[in-house]
Amino acid sequence: MSIEIENLNYTYSAGTVFEVLALKDISLTIPDGQFVGIIGHTGSGKSTLVQHLNGLLRATSGDIRVNGESIYSEGYNMKALRSKVGLVFQYPEYQLFETDVFTDVCFGPKNQGLSRKDAEKRAREAMDAVGLDETYDRVSPFELSGGQKRRAAIAGILAMEPEVLVLDEPTAGLDPKGRDDILDMLDGLHRDRGMTIILVSHSMEDVAKYADRIIVINEGSILMDDVPSGVFARSEEIEAVGLAAPQVSYIMRTLRERGWETGRNVTTIEEAKEEILKALQNKEEHKC
Amino acid sequence: MLKDITLGQYYPTDSVIHKLDPRVKLLWTLLFIVSLFAFSGISCYIAVTLVLAGLIRISKVPLKFMMKGLRAIFILLLITVIFNLLLTPGTEAFRIWKISVTWEGIRTAAYMAIRLVYLILGSSLMTLTTTPNDLTDGMEKGLRFLKVFHVPVHEIAMMMSIALRFIPILMEETDKIMKAQMARGAEFEEGGLIKKAKGLIPLLVPLFISAFRRANDLAMAMEARGYHGGEGRTKLRPLKYQRRDHIAYLLMLLYIAVMILIRISAPVEHLLGLV
Repeated sequence: MSIEIENLNYTYSAGTVFEVLALKDISLTIPDGQFVGIIGHTGSGKSTLVQHLNGLLRATSGDIRVNGESIYSEGYNMKALRSKVGLVFQYPEYQLFETDVFTDVCFGPKNQGLSRKDAEKRAREAMDAVGLDETYDRVSPFELSGGQKRRAAIAGILAMEPEVLVLDEPTAGLDPKGRDDILDMLDGLHRDRGMTIILVSHSMEDVAKYADRIIVINEGSILMDDVPSGVFARSEEIEAVGLAAPQVSYIMRTLRERGWETGRNVTTIEEAKEEILKALQNKEEHKC
Repeated sequence: MLKDITLGQYYPTDSVIHKLDPRVKLLWTLLFIVSLFAFSGISCYIAVTLVLAGLIRISKVPLKFMMKGLRAIFILLLITVIFNLLLTPGTEAFRIWKISVTWEGIRTAAYMAIRLVYLILGSSLMTLTTTPNDLTDGMEKGLRFLKVFHVPVHEIAMMMSIALRFIPILMEETDKIMKAQMARGAEFEEGGLIKKAKGLIPLLVPLFISAFRRANDLAMAMEARGYHGGEGRTKLRPLKYQRRDHIAYLLMLLYIAVMILIRISAPVEHLLGLV
């Protein structure tokens, strides 16, 4: 399912003193099956942008086409759109409300009009996909840990079987292990099911390893839209807007400055390890 | 949708009304509301309308923004008007089936509507031009004399300022929760009354939990900074009357005097030959 955004503008509280131009002339196309990272500083407009994708916010001007059809056309079925584009909000506390996790995950599919049996089947699958087994079924969502709450919230959306999964800062406030678990799980969904994933974050580390493409947003407009290595190669610009490239890219840069022959397009720790080992080997050989 | 409720929301402009001492504005608002109910008659309402329009103009708050506050009381307004219209005895004006509408009913209904609308506009004008902090500061200082009767003025003021401070936060949070549930296919506007009420559960549960969590955090943060109630507590910016505040008080006396005069002489009524 492809999403095309064309000249999108959005203004908060239009017509009052609180007026803020949140998005300026955004145009982009997200093809089917891509893993896209949207990066931006706090208040850059990245969350505002993704809330347009399932029609929660209505653009002040511009158009969004899903599978070629404008979502602003008359009689467009917004509810169906929300089933196709699943949006997970930053705080799971905003959506968990039922007495136990399983019932909570069933909420989405039930709203889609599925029978109880089908809804429960989907809920079970979704909980398996995020790594919450049967022992969590009857646990109150408010007793879960931060990472588990996130999983439960993601399962709540996954159970609706969306074609596109949008996640707003899914790793905020998690410890490194919890963060990696969530990201690995998303990567699995992307690879195994071919799901389109749009990951919103302010951390390059999060998206560097998984994303096929990174969109950097600054003050409501697109600053960069490129493959990860292309974006990180412009680390000075990224720093200028208050973001940081992944730490490994700084290590690699320092190594290069000291005369090591290492590659430029390194974005993950794994790649860095190989590059450094290769460079070390080269040095050894030169010595002999 | 939720941003429509303006009561308790500050609208910053650089008007004289914004700069006034909150105590002046509180007393003004109180007297204004009393005057709405104490003085009735066409002449008085024309005078009140002029005063209110003038004040709104001076405040530089867009009228559109003020009107939004009225939407919240629309149902109440409708009920009041209908009841007054149908249940006031007197000379019959016209009749629909078995229900008769009297001239007295029409008059009372119109007066009640005007009073309610002006009451909301008047108090919105105060809350829109005064920050919640100023408002409670003003209340605390203005009501200090109640301490003699062992009324915990400071504590009440603190509770009010916290409550006011939390209104926009909870609004925003409600908005976010609604969106999060809408993303899961929840509907808040469809269906009958029972379905609508049931639909509120996914909204209210997270909202209450979040409110309690916030209250807890706030209490902890206040205690960590040594808050121990009002005893011996000083102000960072003590309220002090300026020249404009004295002028505002004088204008207030003038307003009451003029209103009494208009009430007694009732010029418009005489002109229309209603008396």
